[in-house]
Amino acid sequence: MQRTKNKLIDALWSIFRYVLIIGISFVILYPILMKISTAFKDKTDIYNPTIYMIPVHFTMDNIKLASEVLNYFPLLGNTLLYVFVVMVLTTVSTALAGYGFARFEFPGSKILFAMVILTILVPTSTLMVPMYLHFRSFDVLGLISLFTGKEGVNLLNTYWPSMITAGTATGLKAGLFIYIFRQFFKGMPKEIEEAALIDGAGGIKTFIRIMLPNAIPPMITVMLFSFVWTYNDTFYPSLFMSETNLMSLKVASLPSQINLIIPQLLGLAGTDIKADPNHVAMLVDTGILLAIAPLIILYLFVQRYFVESVERTGVVG
Amino acid sequence: MKGMGLTLTRKRSLLGLFFISPWLVGFIILFLMPMIQSIRFSMSDLSIVPGGYELKFTAWNNFREALFIDANYNRILTESVLQMAVNVPLILFFSLFSAVLLNQKFRGRSLARAIFFLPVILASGAVASAEAAGLINLIGNATAAEEAGLSSSQFNTMAMVDLLAEAGMPLVMTDYIVDAVMRIYDIIRSSGVQILIFLAALQSVPTTMYEVAKMEGATGYESFWKITFPMVSPLILTNVIYTVIDSFTTSPITQTIYTTAFQTQNFGLSASMSWLYTIVVGILLLIIGFFISKKVHYN
Repeated sequence: MQRTKNKLIDALWSIFRYVLIIGISFVILYPILMKISTAFKDKTDIYNPTIYMIPVHFTMDNIKLASEVLNYFPLLGNTLLYVFVVMVLTTVSTALAGYGFARFEFPGSKILFAMVILTILVPTSTLMVPMYLHFRSFDVLGLISLFTGKEGVNLLNTYWPSMITAGTATGLKAGLFIYIFRQFFKGMPKEIEEAALIDGAGGIKTFIRIMLPNAIPPMITVMLFSFVWTYNDTFYPSLFMSETNLMSLKVASLPSQINLIIPQLLGLAGTDIKADPNHVAMLVDTGILLAIAPLIILYLFVQRYFVESVERTGVVG
Repeated sequence: MKGMGLTLTRKRSLLGLFFISPWLVGFIILFLMPMIQSIRFSMSDLSIVPGGYELKFTAWNNFREALFIDANYNRILTESVLQMAVNVPLILFFSLFSAVLLNQKFRGRSLARAIFFLPVILASGAVASAEAAGLINLIGNATAAEEAGLSSSQFNTMAMVDLLAEAGMPLVMTDYIVDAVMRIYDIIRSSGVQILIFLAALQSVPTTMYEVAKMEGATGYESFWKITFPMVSPLILTNVIYTVIDSFTTSPITQTIYTTAFQTQNFGLSASMSWLYTIVVGILLLIIGFFISKKVHYN
């Protein structure tokens, strides 16, 4: 009796669980599915109320036009290169710092690690203006003006601000990455390093040959987070690199651009006639889909490692 | 670094400094110096002159202006804080719930996990703002867009309000829950990282504990509150802090600080605004941290 009751409860719970999970998954996937459906719709399909999701008139026009406005493939190549370099620099510098904080005692090491936490806590907007002025006339401790007598170099609208912050582990969410690496290295057995030391490997060699190959899980986590957040970030690019070719900047300005371009295509430029707002929305949706497509494709390939690696990373502490 | 009369401990500490040196350089030049400068800016009148800028010390004038003269600052700051106060519990509850759900064994679990973390990948300010613009274009204006968004979700809120009222729920709670259901997409969208953290915590709970509890006759409900919850409670603090910081980076206050600096060119005022905001965030985190760490179970 008790057993059948338990079985019933289990069965009910598993049905309820499926309903919940499918429901939440639907809420997450719905906007993406809507965009995919919109991307292939013809203009006339917008006004057909009987259409749900699957368009009647298939067309590639939206994708063609949106990728033209975005200048898609050159833009994507440029963005991917930029994001890749930032990701590599961030991973290297934060891994070094994480290892340094996890395994070495030096004067003030505790206070310095507290400073890492501070960099996570202080909002980036607080440092916005000094950073901006700093990169407008970039000059490390006045060295450049000392040797050449000139003002510092203007690094605005180059990729240098992001490269410098990434390479020195102070870029986007770098504090969090240092924390992740530190937690992981702390959890590794000390004996491995001691064995390496006795075998005659120096500290740097031990790190590269022994510790890094073992640190694949946190590295995947940090690389993926860094890649995705840099790809999506609008804060740093719009502050320091507003004139450069990056996907996030282009996507943010997409609606106004499309509003301008549609009348031009219809040969109505300069008149009072405005673009059909529904058509604009359609193209904006297509543009957004194009922008996030590389991320979704990347995610399809790495999601398995990602979920597993986060579990083994020791974010838990 | 061969011997050179250094003791092993000295050598180790030098090596440690070597490892953190890239960060240390970056921290001093790109964090500490800007931070000190920002404090100076907040107490000065900054004007751009050819080849640099000039500072005129004005003590607390900028702070006074932000708090008592500026027409919008107080309102936007309180709005941001209130929004956060509403969102943080919802996000925490939802992410703990999802993590527990995703940690159970069922068919299609890896697919469900992949979908639940998709928002981490797609959370983007640029996409969100373009999306809003797209929808606004479609409908005509922002409030109409919101209403249309609600009605298109095919969900009748009145039915739920009635139901909760029947059940004797106080009106405030009803409001809160209905509001949460209406914004389910936003909440799901901003809980990806939190789900990951809770899931990692759940994985580290030894399964033997559950087995013992089961043998003693504990129900699933009991073992959740007696085992799961205490074991993940240290991570609640981590998640609260992460959520608070995360919710502030996308809040309207950041936008206000940005426009004050780069559109009205009032750098001093902007700096003091951002410091007021930093102080508010700091105090909030201290209060939350104090209350939560009292309840947390450490083993």
